[in-house]
Amino acid sequence: MAYSDKVIDHYQNPRNVGSFGTSKEVAVRKDVGVGIVGAPECGDVMQLQIKVNEQGVIEDAKFKCFGCGSAIASSSLATEWIKGKTVDEALSIKNTQIVEELSLPPVKIHCSVLAEDSIRTAIADYRTKNGLAASNPAAAGTH
Amino acid sequence: MAVKLPIYMDNAATTRTDPRVVEAMLPYFTEKFGNSASRNHKFGWEAEDGVDLAREQAAALIGASPKEIVWTSGSTESNNLAIKGAARMYAKAPEGSTGRGHIIAAAHEHKAVLDPCKRLMSEGFDVTFLQPPADGVITRAMVAEAMRDDTILVSIMWANNEIGTINEVPEIGALCHERGVILHTDATQWVGKMPTDVEKDNIDLLSWSGHKMYGPKGVGALYVRRRNPRVRLEAILDGGGHERGMRSGTLNVTGIVGFGKACELAMHEMESERERLLNLRRKLERELSSRLEVVQVNGHADRRLPHILNISFGYVEGESLLMGIKDIACSSGSACTSASLEPSYVLKSLGVGDELAHSSLRLSLGRWSTEEEVDYAVEKIAKAVNHLRTMSPLWDLYKEGIDVSKIEWQTH
Repeated sequence: MAYSDKVIDHYQNPRNVGSFGTSKEVAVRKDVGVGIVGAPECGDVMQLQIKVNEQGVIEDAKFKCFGCGSAIASSSLATEWIKGKTVDEALSIKNTQIVEELSLPPVKIHCSVLAEDSIRTAIADYRTKNGLAASNPAAAGTH
Repeated sequence: MAVKLPIYMDNAATTRTDPRVVEAMLPYFTEKFGNSASRNHKFGWEAEDGVDLAREQAAALIGASPKEIVWTSGSTESNNLAIKGAARMYAKAPEGSTGRGHIIAAAHEHKAVLDPCKRLMSEGFDVTFLQPPADGVITRAMVAEAMRDDTILVSIMWANNEIGTINEVPEIGALCHERGVILHTDATQWVGKMPTDVEKDNIDLLSWSGHKMYGPKGVGALYVRRRNPRVRLEAILDGGGHERGMRSGTLNVTGIVGFGKACELAMHEMESERERLLNLRRKLERELSSRLEVVQVNGHADRRLPHILNISFGYVEGESLLMGIKDIACSSGSACTSASLEPSYVLKSLGVGDELAHSSLRLSLGRWSTEEEVDYAVEKIAKAVNHLRTMSPLWDLYKEGIDVSKIEWQTH
């Protein structure tokens, strides 16, 4: 399968690879939201960690990915896009935008869906840790 | 010596046609182009001579008589003709009824064996698919255990195409002959690489293919035993009655001539080539296993073909690994490229976990593989695996001492 140049670039030079600590450490950090989606038997697992400041802005984001080149590129791109955004702005990112940016073929659309899911899951984790209601976006970052 | 890129390490998928084979084929396109069934002119006789020689070369490679070779389009057709042809010929009850007879095959056979067996199930035959053990080797004892009074056919591949493991085919053949059951073997990966003697090895039906042994694509053969016992088959293709009625259709004379030449070359070069390939594969295996952690060689450690290595690199996904080693042409057990997300059914049947099955590479060496290529591949693969592990969340969990298989994942 031929990959787009952008996918190859993200694969060779992934942006923001890493984490803000071990799984145990980040589990107790209130300023960090963690989203792990996918499953090894499906061949993709994405982990997104977001560090959110008191204004509700995503200051930093890190990813790790077990998956094909398109999955790696989708999660790498997601970290680029959400950095500097408020959590609400980050939630408006749609998988179709990732598909378009990376020129993903139809068989790879699930990679972009996983990336969108990882953003939502990480934000939900951040909100749960901080007692923020997911249904009320205005509450984000106001504690 | 500089390595010429890309490197071909997918010889279990297909091989380069040996230039000596091409040379032998060429006159049959433009000069000796006759139909081998044309009995009344020189063009036909020349073509027939070419086919006769090829039949002798093919028979010699497997210890058969030339009259026992049926030409086909490849192993898929040979397998279909052997399995459907024998089952329908030796059926215990007429078409349209159930209880027509019992067939034994292995769960990690090629699809070209599994699917004909499934077709026969819909026609009223019973099929037992033997589950291989973790080492992938089907033994005589396993087949004996599955045998029933109404067993008519056993089909066990000689060596597996994904992992290269070697089944106890001669022993299974002896068992079949004791019980009066027909033994078919898909020997596509075996013949031309390993010594074969259908008499000593107790084979009744044997499929193989030209393009896996440096011959052309689109030509294969089926060995059909003529004595002790004489095996009969119901044809699938009906028509002009070629190949003693078992396979009608004008013969692919050029392809057959190439097939014969490939058999002759294999006969002379097999021994030295086997030794050379075994050393190269062992080096590949040794180097990768010593440089990287969490590496698993799939299938039996020793009962394996000399040229196939199936190896899993824990916590690295196969397709992304292929992307990192794009100068090395090989296969992955991951199915991420296809519409299904299921990893290799062969590895799964051995009980290889999903995360390791998704992480596997099949590297298969061939006549033109060099030590320099092996060294290059080791460097590239080790580098790519390390790069991907720095990105892998599963690798982190493993390093933290967490058992990835015990986590409840949200499957999608």
